[in-house]
Amino acid sequence: MNYYDFIFMIFRHTIGLNNYVFKDLKDVLAKATLPKSGDQLAGLSASSNEERVAAMMVLADIPLKYFLEELVIPYEEDEVSRLIIDRHNAKAFETISHFTVGEFRDWLLGDFATKEMLSTIQSGLTPEMVSAVSKLMRNQDLILVSQKCEVITKFRNTIGLKGRLSTRLQPNHPTDNLEGIAASIVDGLMYGSGDAVIGINPATDSPKITRDILFMIDNIRQKFQIPIQSCVLSHITTTIALIEQHQPVDLVFQSIAGTQKANESFGINLSILQEGYEAGLSLNRGTVGNNLMYFETGQGSALSANANFGVDQQTCECRAYAVARQFNPLLLNSVVGFIGPEYLYDGKQIIRAGLEDHFCGKLSGIPMGMDICYTNHAEADQDDMDNLMTLLGVAGINFIMGIPGSDDIMLNYQTTSFHDALYLRKALGLKPAPEFEQWLLERGILDENYNRPTSLSLKSNEIFKALL
Amino acid sequence: MEKQKDNWDKLKQYTDARIALGRVGVSIPLAESLQFKLAHAHAKDAVYAELKIDELIKGIESLQLKHYVVQSQADNRSVYLQRPDLGRKLNQVSYDLLKNETIPDYDISIIISDGLAANAVNENALPLIEKLVVLFKKNYYNLSPVIIAKQARVAIGDSIGYLLRSKMVINLIGERPGLSATNSMGAYLTYNPVVGLTDERRNCISNIRPQGLNVELAADKIFYFVKESFRLKISGINIKDNEQKKLV
Repeated sequence: MNYYDFIFMIFRHTIGLNNYVFKDLKDVLAKATLPKSGDQLAGLSASSNEERVAAMMVLADIPLKYFLEELVIPYEEDEVSRLIIDRHNAKAFETISHFTVGEFRDWLLGDFATKEMLSTIQSGLTPEMVSAVSKLMRNQDLILVSQKCEVITKFRNTIGLKGRLSTRLQPNHPTDNLEGIAASIVDGLMYGSGDAVIGINPATDSPKITRDILFMIDNIRQKFQIPIQSCVLSHITTTIALIEQHQPVDLVFQSIAGTQKANESFGINLSILQEGYEAGLSLNRGTVGNNLMYFETGQGSALSANANFGVDQQTCECRAYAVARQFNPLLLNSVVGFIGPEYLYDGKQIIRAGLEDHFCGKLSGIPMGMDICYTNHAEADQDDMDNLMTLLGVAGINFIMGIPGSDDIMLNYQTTSFHDALYLRKALGLKPAPEFEQWLLERGILDENYNRPTSLSLKSNEIFKALL
Repeated sequence: MEKQKDNWDKLKQYTDARIALGRVGVSIPLAESLQFKLAHAHAKDAVYAELKIDELIKGIESLQLKHYVVQSQADNRSVYLQRPDLGRKLNQVSYDLLKNETIPDYDISIIISDGLAANAVNENALPLIEKLVVLFKKNYYNLSPVIIAKQARVAIGDSIGYLLRSKMVINLIGERPGLSATNSMGAYLTYNPVVGLTDERRNCISNIRPQGLNVELAADKIFYFVKESFRLKISGINIKDNEQKKLV
C-alpha cells in the first residue's frame, strides 16, 4: 500500500449492547493496556474492564503493516518517529509482514520462532508493534518469548549469554565521599557483584569528583586485573568533556526517553547521543568488544516531562529502546519502580511493567537489565521485588542492580542487593559473566556454589587500600 | 546454618550503606532482614500518617494567628498517591471558604501540608513557624491566617495564595520518607502565586528536621529568600542561594 492511497482504519468493536469506538491507533494501544496509574493519570486508560478487552480484540486484528502507516507521533514532528521509520528494515520485516498483531503473538509462542529467527526479524519491528503484541500477552507469554531471545554484548567481558546473570554494582554515597564509595565497592566485589558495570550515581555534578571516582575504579581494575567496566552516571555532556580530557571513561551513560520532547527535557537529542557514542569509541578501551553505551529508561518518563502526546507509557518506553538500539549499547536498564506510584501504583503494576519492558527490549535486540525497585510511597515491598527478580531470572534477564542490603542511601529507594543476585544465581543455576566468574574463582573470592573459600587469596582490605 | 561474618565490618565507619551484613548461605541474616523491615515499616507508616490538626491549631492560636483547614481534591491517600494533579487543587468547600476571605491583600501565607509524611510537619512545622513569625513581625510583613492543607501537594499553595491575595506563600510539607529519615520537612517558597506555576518558580529548603537542617537555620534561610523575593518581586531559580556558605 503506498502512502497516498492509504486509508486510516476505523477501530470499533461491539460486545453485547456496547459499541466501542477507538479514535486512532494510539487510543487502541492505550485502552488495550493493563491498568497502570500513569496511564490513568494521563487520562488514556480504558474506562471499564470490558472496554479494555474490546480494545485488545481490536488490537489483535490490526495488521502489523498498518503500524508503518499510522504513526503514534507524526513523522514531521518528532525525530524519534523519523528514526523509527527511516531505520525500519523492510527485508527483515518480510517474514512477519502478513501477520496481524494477534497472529504475531501466536507465532512468537510457537516453535518456528527460534532464537535465530527472532534475531533476524529484530530490525523489522517498530517499537509500536512490539508494544502492541506485548499487550496481548500474559505474563507467562512474556517470559517464554523473552527466554528465547539472546542479546549478547561485550566490552571487557561478555554479558547476556544464556545461563548467565550479571550485576551492576551501585556503590552510591550521599556526598560522593570516596571512602564511602570504596567501602561499598569492596562489599560488592566480595559478594561477586559488578560484572555488568561498577556504576555510581554522583550526588553532585562536579567533573572533579567524577574524575576522582573514575580513577579510583580504574586503579583497582588494573591492579587486580578485574574484567569489568566502570561508569559515573553523569549527564552525557559532562562525560563527553571528560573524554576530551582523556580521563579513563569506560562507558558513556545517559537517561533516554521515547519522544523528542522528553529527550529535550533531559537535555539531549539524537545527535548529542551520537557525539557521546563516537567520543566513547575514540578512547578504544574495550578489550573483548566495543559496546560502550549505558542507557536508563522507565515507563512514565515521557508523561512526567509532559511529552507523551497521548501515547501510553509502555509504548513510549518501547520507543526509547528504538533510540537505544541506534547506539549498540552494552547495557540498558529500565528503572521500573523508581518513578513512583503515580505511574506504577503497586507491586502488581511494577511486576507487569518489568516483564513488559524486559520482553519488549529483548525482542527489539536490546541488552536488557532492570533496576527492580520501589519507593516508600509505592504499594510494594521486598516480597514484590523477590517475585519480579525471580520472574526476570527465569525470563533470562542480562543484569540486575546490586547494592548493599537493598538500601540506596543516596537516591532513597530500594533495589536488589548483592545477596539477592546470589539468591537468583543459586536458585536458577545462573553464573556471572564468564570472564568475571573466572576472576572470582582464581582470586578465591567465591567458589562455584557462591561460598567463600577458606583460602581467600584476595583480601577485602587489600582492595580497600588499593582503592584509596 | 550459622551466620558467616564479613571480615570488613570496620569499613562501616566510612558509610551508612548496609555493608558487611554477613550471610547465611547466600542470604541476608535474620537480624539484618528484620532491621530492614522495621525501617521500611517506619517509612510506610509515615506515608499514611495524618495531620494532628487539633495540636496544630492550638499551636497556631498560641502564636496569635488565625487558621483555616482545607483539603485538596484527593479524598484519600490512595487517590492522593495516584493523582498528583488532584493533590494540587482545592476541593469546592475549601475553595469557597478561602474565596470568601474578606481581609484584603496579605504579604505572606504559611501553609502546613501533609505531603508524603504528615509527621514531618506534625513535628517540625510549629517550631519553625514560631521562629518565622518573630522574624516576619519584626520586619512588618502582614501574615494571613495559617492554612492547614490535607492531602496536599506543593502546588496547592498557588491557588491558596491566589485566593487570599498573598504576595508570597510558604508551603511547609512532608517530604518522601526514606529508610533513614521519615520526618523530613520541606519548605517551598513561591512569590506571586497563581495556578499553573512550575518548580523553577519556587525556592526549596529541604531536609528540615532536628537531625538534618534545624529550625533555626531553616528560618534564617527562609527569611533570606523572602527578603530577596520581595526585593526582586520573583521567586525560583532567579534567586541565588547566597546564604549557602554561611549556613553550611
